[in-house]
Amino acid sequence: MTKGILRVKARNSGSITNVKIMAKHDMETGNRKDKKGNPIPAKYIQNLAIDCNGRRVMDAYLGPAISKNPYFAFTFEGGAKGDELKMTWQENTGESATETALIK
Amino acid sequence: MKITVASVAFALITIVSLSVTANRENTLDTVDPEADRLALQKYFQSRFPAVPMDEYINGIYALDADSRSQWEEIEEFPPYEFDIEEGEVLFNTPFANGKGYGDCFANGGIGIRQNYPLWDNSADRVVTLEKAINECRIANNEKPLPWRKGKLAKISAYMAFTSRGEVFNIKIPNKKAMLAYQDGKKMFFSRQGQLNMSCANCHITGANVRLRAELSSPALGQVTHFPAFRSQWGELGTLHRRYHGCQKMIRAVPFSVQGNELSNLEYYQTYMSNGLAVNGPGARK
Repeated sequence: MTKGILRVKARNSGSITNVKIMAKHDMETGNRKDKKGNPIPAKYIQNLAIDCNGRRVMDAYLGPAISKNPYFAFTFEGGAKGDELKMTWQENTGESATETALIK
Repeated sequence: MKITVASVAFALITIVSLSVTANRENTLDTVDPEADRLALQKYFQSRFPAVPMDEYINGIYALDADSRSQWEEIEEFPPYEFDIEEGEVLFNTPFANGKGYGDCFANGGIGIRQNYPLWDNSADRVVTLEKAINECRIANNEKPLPWRKGKLAKISAYMAFTSRGEVFNIKIPNKKAMLAYQDGKKMFFSRQGQLNMSCANCHITGANVRLRAELSSPALGQVTHFPAFRSQWGELGTLHRRYHGCQKMIRAVPFSVQGNELSNLEYYQTYMSNGLAVNGPGARK
């Protein structure tokens, strides 16, 4: 099974769950040029949506201003140890994927 | 830290005695690296009595509370994490001839960071870990990698990571090695460049002292956490990349990366960190 691009640390303490995520992604703006002068095409995450137990807990709308390997940290009410986080990301290119992680 | 007349005087007296030691006892017969190392530890201990010795591997974050709290937050999700992963893949990928990095190093290259740089008696020179990695490549008919960043830094980062917690144990086995040590020590204390500053000016006297918007790190434990992901670079870089940059900042013509001068400097600096733990790769501002 190939590893996804999201590295997740999710911890539940009482009624709230703390989530930290680092995405492995170049977040190419489309403004850069390579050594030969050719523009490097834009390739960045546009959306990141995270569900827990069928409920949307985070929606992120990103753009080319977000740096390489973006870091997310958020908390939400609910969630319990062992619950699964369903994380779907989509790029400007249309490429998308869904990854899962467990809450500890 | 407010610089009072008393603290400057104290620092000056101690640094003068350190550099007088450097001059008077800098002959091959009287040089004593262990005494140098203990004198450096004693200096920092007297200046920062509340900081335990093994904390110095964290550089300025051992001395400054505010930047430490920011660094601790960053360390929750270290920016070098991906580099370690990539470094592991690179390390384990065999060369075209079927051999691998593990064949060039003791213990398959795992958990050996604390022994570098080491003295190569057959060629009368200091060998840093990065130099050993590239020479491994050349010996196996692979092209050497660029010294300052990229794949070489990632491989070095992975090897450092496997050695985390091991205690630095640099050896000076003979007179020629001692000359290299002295050479590195001399460079550390010599003023250079248009700004006419030495490493010691910023990293001994100037440790935890503001230099424009920055706080200088202490010389003790300075090399333990390399290669480092510097926010300034936005990526991982090797120690010699940092040396090179530092020299440019002093407006000196930098010595060549992985050349004799910088290798001897690394030899001296790492010896000064003997007894401290490997904690590479590190995250720094």
